[in-house]
Amino acid sequence: MMAGVIFVFSAAALLQFFISYCRSLIAASSKQVLSAEVKDVTGIQRIASGDDFKRVMQLLQLCPERREDRNSVQAIGAYFSLLNFVRSTVARLVPSMRAWTESERGQCAYFAAVALERRISFSRDMLAQQMDA
Amino acid sequence: MLGPYEYVVWLLCTVLESAVVVCAYKKDALRRYILLNVYMAASVVFSIARYNILSHYGFTSKEYLYFYYYSDSLLTIVLYFALMSLYSHIFSDLKAERYIRIGTLILFSGTALFSYAVVQQSSSKLVTHFVVELSQNLYFVGLVLTYILWAAVMKMRETRTRLIQLVLSMGVYFSLFAANFALQNLYQSRGNFFEFLTPLFGCFLPLSWAYTFWHLPEDARIVPSRLAVVPR
Repeated sequence: MMAGVIFVFSAAALLQFFISYCRSLIAASSKQVLSAEVKDVTGIQRIASGDDFKRVMQLLQLCPERREDRNSVQAIGAYFSLLNFVRSTVARLVPSMRAWTESERGQCAYFAAVALERRISFSRDMLAQQMDA
Repeated sequence: MLGPYEYVVWLLCTVLESAVVVCAYKKDALRRYILLNVYMAASVVFSIARYNILSHYGFTSKEYLYFYYYSDSLLTIVLYFALMSLYSHIFSDLKAERYIRIGTLILFSGTALFSYAVVQQSSSKLVTHFVVELSQNLYFVGLVLTYILWAAVMKMRETRTRLIQLVLSMGVYFSLFAANFALQNLYQSRGNFFEFLTPLFGCFLPLSWAYTFWHLPEDARIVPSRLAVVPR
């Protein structure tokens, strides 16, 4: 009984902390403006949609990985899966949740686009270094 | 007996803990978050000492067992004080450091007394049982305190991104351990699976703190209402 109570409380706390933690990662990237070429490649002009996420992640996997953003990209990937789960279950019954999950999924896609921008510039730097050498 | 998985995760965790101190030093955050860094440095020192004792006396030896539980208890106490130092950061504008210090000591003493009351019936190995009980209870107190701290962050509209991420990482860490502990008790037949997860969860805190110190400058700011689970 006691273990069950502890589990319910800790799972609820974990969910809340995890969502807030992912949102703090996303919020840091939301201020960054995308370059024209990343906008062209991803098709994201001003506001990203959740449907863009998969495509942007595929593009992201084509670029050489940066060790610095690997964990945050994985965390946002897990957050996006959680949002998809909420969207296909609870959000069907609660309309306000549907709008919220859509906006969050869009933020995840924007985060991935910012990561893509960083990886492209990282690849360019590597290429330039190789050319110099 | 420890297998390759346990050794790899142990090594990874120790490397990440050292990385936190190095990142904090490089980014001038060592003194500002001194207790957080003391906790990470102590974790590295105890980790090395544990490995030495393990290789000398073996995994099932009394020496290793005692050292493991006593050092774990000390680390939990340091983590508790590190968490309270985050309270001091959040409430620094209110000049409430003195009250926080008194509150910290009262709560710690209360937890210690409660732990003693729980274990006093067992006549043998009273101190060892007390140390283990105190460590467990401090973990749950830590989870509750982090939750309260998070509520305070939202209420006071704290904007310091680095501080917010440090608090949130602690929240995820404590709740992961509490959920794992509860599941271990609920499904005792699958204890091996949960024991497999425990060391992996231990890597989360140093990983996220190292990321925070390295990537986020002290002057980075965030709008706190963006972080609320329920949109405001």
